[in-house]
Amino acid sequence: MSPLLCLILLPVAGAILAMAGFPARKMAITAAALNLLACVAILASFQGDKTGYQFLSSCPVLPSLGISFTLGADGLSLVMLLLSTVVTLAAVTVARAPQTNAPWFYASLLFISAGAIGAFASVDAFFFYMFHELALIPTFLLIGIWGSGDRQTAAWKITIYLAFGSFVLLIGLIGLYLAMPVGARSFDMRAMAEHAKLGTLFAHDTVHSFSIFGFEYLSITHAQIIYLLLFLGFGVLVSLFPFHTWAPQAYASAPAPAAMLHAGVLKKFGLYGIMRLVTPIFPPHVAAPFNTLLLVLLLGNILYVGFVTISQRKLDLMLGYSSVMHMGYIFLGILSWNALGLTGAAFMLVAHGLSIAALFALSGELRERTGTLDFSEMGGLAKAMPTFGLLFGFAAMAAIGLPGFANFAGELMVFFGAFSAGVRSSPGFNAFQIATVIGLWGVVISAVYMLRAYRRIFMGPLVDRWKSLADIAPLPKLCVAGLILLLLVVGFYPQLLLHLISPALIRP
Amino acid sequence: MNAATVPWIILFTPLVAAAVILFFGRYSKPFSAGLAIGATLLCGILSWWLFTQPDATEPNQFFWINLPDIFSVPIGVTVDHLSKVMLVVVNTIAPLVFIYSLGYMKHEEGYWRYFAGLSLFLFSMLGIVLADNFLMMFIFWELVGLSSYILVGHYYPKDSAADASKQAFLVNRIGDFGFMLGILMLWLATGTAVFSQLFTSETLALLQSNGLYLTIACVLIFCGTVGKSAQLPLHVWLPNSMEGPTPVSALLHAATMVAAGVYMLARFFPVLEHVPAARDVIAWVGGITCLVAALMATQQDDIKRILAYSTISQLGYMVLGVGVAESWDVPMFHLFTHAFFKCLLFLCAGSVIVGMHHEQNIWKMGALKNKMPFTFLCTIAGTLALTGFGFHGIGFSGFYSKDTIIMWAVVKAPVLGWIAAVTAGLTAFYMFRLLIVVFLSVPRSEEAKKAQESPLVMVVPLLLLAIPAVIGGWPFIEHIFFHTTEPENVPSIVHYALLAMFLGGAGLAWVLYRRAAKDPVSIPLFANRLYIDNLYTWIVKVFQDGVAWLAGWSDRWIVDLFVAQVPSKLTWACGYVLRFLQLGNIQAYAFFFGAGVVGLIYLLIAR
Repeated sequence: MSPLLCLILLPVAGAILAMAGFPARKMAITAAALNLLACVAILASFQGDKTGYQFLSSCPVLPSLGISFTLGADGLSLVMLLLSTVVTLAAVTVARAPQTNAPWFYASLLFISAGAIGAFASVDAFFFYMFHELALIPTFLLIGIWGSGDRQTAAWKITIYLAFGSFVLLIGLIGLYLAMPVGARSFDMRAMAEHAKLGTLFAHDTVHSFSIFGFEYLSITHAQIIYLLLFLGFGVLVSLFPFHTWAPQAYASAPAPAAMLHAGVLKKFGLYGIMRLVTPIFPPHVAAPFNTLLLVLLLGNILYVGFVTISQRKLDLMLGYSSVMHMGYIFLGILSWNALGLTGAAFMLVAHGLSIAALFALSGELRERTGTLDFSEMGGLAKAMPTFGLLFGFAAMAAIGLPGFANFAGELMVFFGAFSAGVRSSPGFNAFQIATVIGLWGVVISAVYMLRAYRRIFMGPLVDRWKSLADIAPLPKLCVAGLILLLLVVGFYPQLLLHLISPALIRP
Repeated sequence: MNAATVPWIILFTPLVAAAVILFFGRYSKPFSAGLAIGATLLCGILSWWLFTQPDATEPNQFFWINLPDIFSVPIGVTVDHLSKVMLVVVNTIAPLVFIYSLGYMKHEEGYWRYFAGLSLFLFSMLGIVLADNFLMMFIFWELVGLSSYILVGHYYPKDSAADASKQAFLVNRIGDFGFMLGILMLWLATGTAVFSQLFTSETLALLQSNGLYLTIACVLIFCGTVGKSAQLPLHVWLPNSMEGPTPVSALLHAATMVAAGVYMLARFFPVLEHVPAARDVIAWVGGITCLVAALMATQQDDIKRILAYSTISQLGYMVLGVGVAESWDVPMFHLFTHAFFKCLLFLCAGSVIVGMHHEQNIWKMGALKNKMPFTFLCTIAGTLALTGFGFHGIGFSGFYSKDTIIMWAVVKAPVLGWIAAVTAGLTAFYMFRLLIVVFLSVPRSEEAKKAQESPLVMVVPLLLLAIPAVIGGWPFIEHIFFHTTEPENVPSIVHYALLAMFLGGAGLAWVLYRRAAKDPVSIPLFANRLYIDNLYTWIVKVFQDGVAWLAGWSDRWIVDLFVAQVPSKLTWACGYVLRFLQLGNIQAYAFFFGAGVVGLIYLLIAR
């Protein structure tokens, strides 16, 4: 059996055992821990000097349509698999068994993990898409059943929203499929890239013109429509402005481990998808006319959502919005369309996944203790729980991109990539450079909201009613400290990941 | 051990100490303090040893990020005269402050947190000093901001300390925004951020081919200095950061960290000296800062805040020096002397504060000269050094370094030169005000009557610092470290004017404050720091929070409405309307079916 299939099936097996009546928590933690070990073993046997996918295994499903269940991993997918398994282990460990249906709770968490792992390990675009859809179901259940606040609304909203995004994406995928020459059509991503390289993709590209009264107001090629469908479809899944309003509400209502898994891992599906299906396939001239539009949207993520984040009065919503905001940087890196920006974006996927998981874990722990996350009711908590405050400080500093943490390295590469992107225009700046200058201000914005939150929750005089709060328990402490340690290790020595990521992103 | 490995040992020893203290420091106070002090002493000894060694420029061996042919961030050290001097300054002052902290922090909470923070600071500062490229410097630049955040927020349960630490970090981030942009622009034009590659003649020629671009890049890089060295208009964080423990103020916010901005400019000087327009901006910012901060200092009542404004003012001199002098030796010389005498003054203030049981208002003090004789003597030394007392080539350390800057300014930019000269008078005024009110005149509170001299562990570092504060500028010492030159054609009136300024300022303070029970002069404009802080509070409240509120509101009621609510309600409404077609009546369905068929046939035929 392919090692990657093991990686998908282990959490599924854990989930089935948990639902079958074995101790749910133990099963979940065991499955997640084994999966992490398996992932590390796969990483160890990965041959870094070779390009292309390794550990390939293929099983034809619908040969007539060119669909086959193909698994494989290159450096980029491996890094994402590592992120998934690490965050899964942290999530199931910090999860507290709910009063009702605990086995199903843990099983749902494991199913999200299996879905994400399946997507990252798929080489076939059809299964890549399907695994993500499958992971949405347990997400819906987790928010709708075990969430807090207005959980029903939040659950429906995220589900319908993401289903809509996926639908747009599906149309785009089918369009891409149809753009290949008849007889050679396949959902295999390698085949798509190969066609793009040979020039057989979009070989018969046609221009669609729309006109009113003879005045042509839109002229767009077939390839451009597919590009837009894919980019926006993936964009909705990653909360690209203005399609972001599902995210903060869902994360605020979701149980902490579900928020960790979705914000940390599953949401990255969209960005990973763009790096797999858009940037290696579409020639730059197809994308170029939409650069300004997309730059404006991603600046909406950075600036507008950044200000929305500042205005939040509750920690969970603030973290949700901050996660939306940081997607803007990753989009900036991707859109810069050069090796540096793409590498930075891929790097940020991991860094952001780890840091937001740590933050959601901590905010969940905080809610368990206080029952509220409203800033106005907090104050001076570092006095009552110093270790908690220290860990939160580390995670917050990671999130705002302080050097030493992985996030900084990612942001740095993104900014340098974006600043050197596009066509040089002399003497002025081109759109990418202007966007970089504006986007760089986001670094100040994120410091404002994070430090404000830290100031209000952990600093200042200790509020009387929180005098006897218990400090963080050993197991969650270990999890969060582990995530932070990873951020620090990767932040101090980014080459660890870069030599995996960077060969996978070089355009053939 | 050789000159190639020693810089790395100097750099990483404090980091190791900080990490060990973070994990194990909470179990033992002496262990934390001992480890931190041991690490800084080692750094001090090695720095002095390194100073005697020849320059060594090693090729970059380590890469933090390395994407071949695309982008790389090397981690390398520069060992040249500039960095060696700065290493000596930092690693001479740091051990003294660390030892002084033993006494000052004896009864404070969070002992391990404090020493871990100091060690982390030392690591970051040394990183800035040793960095051989802009990106590495930026990394440590930000880390210095973090350690400042930790140390200023040491008394975090206090609201004022918590706010001050947050403000310090945020204001520095604003400066870093510009700094990063400057680095990006330089990198885009030249493809490198490594100093040795930037300073080659080919790169310089390339840069100079686009004068405006280069000027903007240089001014943006200067923004980093404006933030870190608290120049106008980003000066507000420095006085507020006095909420931190006094030794922190002495080490970070007087002697070393805030001087990093000037150090960075000196490092960048080989490019900067070819960009006169940028240097004009730098000179004017420095000159105005130096005057305005001195004006504000004259009306402060908190002993540490007076010194903080004085620090801003002195940093203004240094920045002015970068703008007008013909080599970096001139501003760096002032950085060197200032580091010693300002650190001394802060530690004296700390000694007074401990003696007064944590009273910082100078109008509660008075007549401390007999109660705290050593502190008094050291403060006199520090004051005379800061005010630049001296004439005809003989004086205290500040006399040599500051007057050199003023002379350069008078020659190169006469207006700024005379501003700087007037500021020298103001300096004498506010420093003698402090000295007279605190140590002479009459005791103004019970604490002042019962004050006691500080323990030896605090007094000895004071006495040790007093020595360089007095003699640090004397020519035979100066020539070990610097090769400053004085401009030609300095009007001789400058020397007399400066002496007159000193005497005038000191004399006025003597007349006004000799017997004053409370401040006889009241200038609300200066006491309220020209209302700049109020303006910023207002801007943050109205613009930032206003925009944030508006964005939050629109996100909820406009974006969500159009992107989520309206489509969902439309879908619901369609379903509602279509529901009426579900009559449940077989005849009605048959009728609709028939009508549909007729309609289709009509359409097909009609075409």
